[in-house]
This record gives sequence, structure tokens and C-alpha cells, in this order.
Amino acid sequence: MALTAEEWEILHLSLKVSLAAVVITLPLAFALAWALARGRFPGKLLLDAAVHLPLVLPPVVIGWLLLMIFGPAGPIGSLLENWFGLTVMFRWTGAAIAAGIMALPLMVRAIRLSIEAVDHRIEDAARTLGASPAYSFWTILLPLCSPGVATAVILGFARSIGEFGATITFVSNIPGETRTLSLAIYSALQVPGADAAVWRLAMISICLSLGALLFSEAVSRRLRSERRGHVL
Amino acid sequence: MSFDVDVKKTLGRHVVETSFVGRDGLTLLSGPSGAGKTSILNMMAGLMRPDEGHVTICGDKVFDAAASVNRPAHKRRLGYVFQDGRLFPHLRVRANLLYGHKLATPEDRWMSLEEATAFLGIGHLLSRWPGSLSGGEAQRVAIGRALLSGARALLMDEPLASIDPARRDEIIDVILRIRDELGLPIVYVTHNPAEADRLATHRVEITPSFL
Repeated sequence: MALTAEEWEILHLSLKVSLAAVVITLPLAFALAWALARGRFPGKLLLDAAVHLPLVLPPVVIGWLLLMIFGPAGPIGSLLENWFGLTVMFRWTGAAIAAGIMALPLMVRAIRLSIEAVDHRIEDAARTLGASPAYSFWTILLPLCSPGVATAVILGFARSIGEFGATITFVSNIPGETRTLSLAIYSALQVPGADAAVWRLAMISICLSLGALLFSEAVSRRLRSERRGHVL
Repeated sequence: MSFDVDVKKTLGRHVVETSFVGRDGLTLLSGPSGAGKTSILNMMAGLMRPDEGHVTICGDKVFDAAASVNRPAHKRRLGYVFQDGRLFPHLRVRANLLYGHKLATPEDRWMSLEEATAFLGIGHLLSRWPGSLSGGEAQRVAIGRALLSGARALLMDEPLASIDPARRDEIIDVILRIRDELGLPIVYVTHNPAEADRLATHRVEITPSFL
């Protein structure tokens, strides 16, 4: 089935929003995961709970909070407006922020588990061999937790593709700007007799998710077999 | 004088305390389990900060509480061989051996990869992954990795503990050759008397104490 121009636009926008969401969230998720896995500081429990909020709060509440923060009167929104003349309201960038926030807890969790699985004594060994903390981070910790980072990227991407509630609350449902796959399916459902359109969009969505899952399985297999590597 | 160590550290109710001067050869730290032998090696290596005292390696003061000197672990140039090897699982043997070698300045390197593999008999293992090595092979690679990092002395924490008893003699021979042929000062922790008798040139008894 060939996609129509409109469907291409929806697919393209969804991919753009989701990729941007993962790219902006990944460094933040890694920093949070590292702090939660390795850090000892007051308020760690509170930070842990805060990171998980998007998982347990109704998405519409997250969308509303984003409106408060990024709106023209909000702390970040007014800053962006006054200093850079930018706004993320009703823009695809806002959709990416909403998707990124919703994906954050899943990404932090995946990365945190993989950091916790790395024996920190291996990093001690690297230190005694002359590795600075930064060098040991790039050459030991990051490669050893790369399967977790790959999982986080896939989970974050999948979560972003499916994001609906926070997005529609925060940036509305504007064709070509914020109408991603999920929002397009919702819109099509509101139109009497648009069953075929719903079917096609749902199919696209299923193919995309399935593709992401297969890709993630292939990547994690590859990472695992590289590690095992018995030489015959 | 290779080592001048005088450190004290309180860990919970435990007080780890020692003072010794190590000459060339192998200085053996012995004492019951829990006396803090490994903690002393960690304090020498810079992986644990003593509460008070000083650590001097080959005339170079790397820690002095009174003068606020505390050189980080990666600048102490001490090779550390751990009980459990701690090879980097995501790097092949060759990359493990060269990890510290590449970080050392050219003038600090005193052994080449070829010399190290010949000395330790591990040339055939270079393209293997750490996960596929036996305990003895892994420990020889760990020793090679420490030697190649340009270490001026070795710290060894029960390096034979995770090795099949039948293969221990091979590693003991390697350690004796490091001590005698390479002339590298070694601080060695064990509580196995037979191992101690074969290796030690000086002995330091670590006694546990409590608050």
C-alpha cells in the first residue's frame, strides 16, 4: 500500500518528534541514572520519585504542567520568549519535549539497571592503570552499560511514538506541526466514515513499533555476542 | 627504600592501622581475615583515603594527610593485581594489556607488549576474550596489564586465591621472576603460610583492632 502525501507527513513528523525527544532526553536520562545508581546525596529518594512521576501521573497533568512551565508566563517559557524570541507552544519542538518527559522514567530505569550491573571495582582497576575518572567513564563504564543505553533509546522511541495525552494538552493537535500518528488516529476516529484512514494509520503504527522492537532485539543480540566471543 | 607507609583509617568500628618501611623484594602483609590488609593496599593505591598518615612510593610522596597531599589513583603509577583479576570484559586480551600502556608516558614505559607476553607466556592469548580464559591465564594477563602500565611497584592482593591449586606454582614462579629478574618491589597480601614462605623477603604483621 502506497502512503498518501498526508500519511507521509504524519509519519515524518512522528519520526522527527520521537527522534528529537530521544536525543534531548538521553543525556539527561543518563545523568539522572548515573546519579541514582552511583550517587550518595540527600534527597536521592525524592529525585527518584520525581523521575518516576510521568509514569504514574495522568499524562494530561504532565501536559498541563508543561503548559505552566513553557507557557508565555511560565518560568522557562518567558525566558525563551524574552531572550531568544522562541516558543515551543503549538510547535513540533513542544511535542518533542512532551514525548521526552513521558519517556524519561523508562529511559532512566533501563540505563540505571545497566549501570548498577557494572562492577565499580572494574573501574577501580582502570584507575590504577592510569585512567582518569573521565577516561575510565568513556572506555569502561559507557561501553559496559551500552546494552542498557540501547534499550533506553528503543523504549524511549517507542514511548514517544505512542505519546498522546501530554502532547495534545500541551501543544494541541495541529496538522503538519503537532499531529503525530497517535493524534492523527484520534482525529480520524472523530470523522464519521473515516474507518479506512484509521486502519491505514493503525497499520503504519504497528509496523513502526514492530520494526523498532526487531531492531532493538538485533542490536542487543549483537552487543551480547560481541561480549561473549569465545575463540575456537 | 621502596615504600614508607604509615596509615590509619577507621571503618565503622574497625581501625585499620599499619606502619612499615618496605625495601626491594617482596613485602608480605599477613594477618587474620578482616585485619584490613586489602584496605592497606587500597590506601597505597589511592582507592581509599586514609584518615591520617602518609604513603611514600620509591621516594615519591603520594599521600600525606598533614601536608594535604593526596595524589589520585591514576597518577600513582602502582600496578595493582586483584584477587579476582578484574580484566575488562569488553576488551580482548591485547587491549586489556595495552590499556594502561597507552596511558603511560613513553619514559615511564619500561616493558614492551612483546617482552611482557614472552615473560608471562601469554602470546597465544592475545586475541581471546577475558571470559574465555582460565583463572591462571586471566591472572597472568592481569599481571601483564599492571607491568605494562609503567608501574614502579606492584600491589598484589591474594593473586592465587581464585586459581586452581594445581596451577598455582606457575603463577608463583612468575611472581618470583618479577621479584628477582625484574627487581620490581612488591607488596603482597595473603594468609596462606606456604605461599608466604616461598615469596616473602620481608614480613609485616597486620593486627586487627577495634574502637
